[in-house]
Amino acid sequence: MATTEVHTEPHVHGALLPRPFTVERRVRETHDTWSLTLEPVHGGRIAPEPGQFTMLYLPGVGEVPISVSGGCAGGSLVHTIRAVGAVTQALCALQPGQVVGVRGPYGNAWPLPEGSDIVVVAGGIGLAPLRPAIERILENRTRYGDVTLVYGSRTPDDILFRRELERWRGRLDFKVGVTVDAAPAEWRGSVGLVTKPIPRLPFDPDATTALVCGPEIMIRFVAEALMERDLPAEQIAVSMERNMRCGVGLCGHCQLGPTLICRDGPVYTYAEAGPWMEVREL
Amino acid sequence: MTIKTLDTVVLEHPLFAALTPRQAQIVAGCASNVVFDEGEAIFKSGDKADTFYLLRHGQVAVDLHAGERGALTIDTLGQGDLLGWSWLIPPYRWQFDARALELVRAVAFDGACLRGKIEHDHDLGYQLYVRFSRVLLERLQTTRLRLVDVYGNN
Repeated sequence: MATTEVHTEPHVHGALLPRPFTVERRVRETHDTWSLTLEPVHGGRIAPEPGQFTMLYLPGVGEVPISVSGGCAGGSLVHTIRAVGAVTQALCALQPGQVVGVRGPYGNAWPLPEGSDIVVVAGGIGLAPLRPAIERILENRTRYGDVTLVYGSRTPDDILFRRELERWRGRLDFKVGVTVDAAPAEWRGSVGLVTKPIPRLPFDPDATTALVCGPEIMIRFVAEALMERDLPAEQIAVSMERNMRCGVGLCGHCQLGPTLICRDGPVYTYAEAGPWMEVREL
Repeated sequence: MTIKTLDTVVLEHPLFAALTPRQAQIVAGCASNVVFDEGEAIFKSGDKADTFYLLRHGQVAVDLHAGERGALTIDTLGQGDLLGWSWLIPPYRWQFDARALELVRAVAFDGACLRGKIEHDHDLGYQLYVRFSRVLLERLQTTRLRLVDVYGNN
C-alpha cells in the first residue's frame, strides 16, 4: 500500500512539525488577496520549487495548504492568499512581526523542459503558483522557445500582480495577454474568457508545454482549447486543489483517483488528472 | 507586398470556407471595406441592424449600457472575429453598442442585401445559418462560463 511506503520515510515526522516564520511584509494585491513575505524565526530558509505548497498554521484557528508564490530563487518565502475562509482570513490579517507556523514545502514542481515553447494559462488566484515558474523561465529565457502567458480575471480590479504583469509585458521576449470577464468602458484591454486567445497563440504543439492553474472548471475548458490546437494532454500540466490536511500523504483527504494530491501532485498532466475531473463524486 | 482583393479576404475567412464558387460570389458581392477611427461608434443599441463585419485589424469593444452603472464592456473582438449577428434575426435591431478601441479596418457585409438573396437561395441561406449558428454557440458557451465565475471569486 502506498501509505505504508510513506510511513517508512524518515522525514515524515519532522515534516509534520510546523516551524515558526515571522511575517516580514504584507502587501495587498486586490480587495481580498494579500501576499505575505515570511522569514524563519530561527534561520534556515526553505527552498521550494515552483509549483510546491506549504501548510500554513495559526494556533487556535487552523491550518491550510497555500501555494508558494515567491522565494524559489533562494529569497524570502512568499505566499499569496485570498481571504475566503476562517483560516485564510486570519492569515491575510497578519501584520509584520507576527508569527505563523510553516510546514513543507510539499508536492511536486511544474515541469519546465528546456528547449520547448511554454504556454502559461492562469485564472484568478491561479497566477500565484505560476509566478515562480514564470520568473524561473525568464531567468533562463534563452533556454526556451516562445513563451506566452494568458491571464484571466473576473474584473480589472481582481487582477493579481499588476506590477509583475506590467514588467513582463514590457519584455520583447514574453507575450502577455490579460483578459477580464467584464469591465467599465474605460478599460482598454481584452474582455472575454481566458480560453478566447488560445486558438491564435503562437506555439508549436509538438514542442510545447502548457502550465495551467485556476479553478477546476477553468482548467477543463483551457485544456480542451489547447487540445483543439493539437497539444497532447501529456504536455498540459495542471495544478490540482483538494482538501489537503496532512500534506505528506498520510490522511487521504486529498485523494484524486489512485493518487494523493499532496504526495503525488499537486502538478499532474491533464492526461493523468483530466479523466478524474469528469467523475462527479470526486 | 501583395494586396488581397476583397473576394480573397472574404473567401479565405473560415466563416465562408467551402462555399460553392457561386455562393461565394454572392457573399463577396455584398461586401465592402470600411475603416473606423479610435472611439468611433460602429453601431448602437436599438438601431437597425443591416450589416455585419469581419474584423481585419484593430480591437472593437461591445458595450452594454447598464443604467446608473454606466457603460460596461462585455466583450472585445479583434482580427479575424465576426462582429454582429442581429442582421440575421428579426427584428433586425442591434442589442449592444460596438465601438472601435483603436483604428479598425473591417469588411462590412450588407446584411439586408444578403437577407434578400437567401430568401430565394435556400442553399446559401442554410450555409450561412449553419456558420453563424456555430459562432453564436461558441459565444453562448463562453457567456455561460462567465456567468458561473470560472475564476472562483465567489
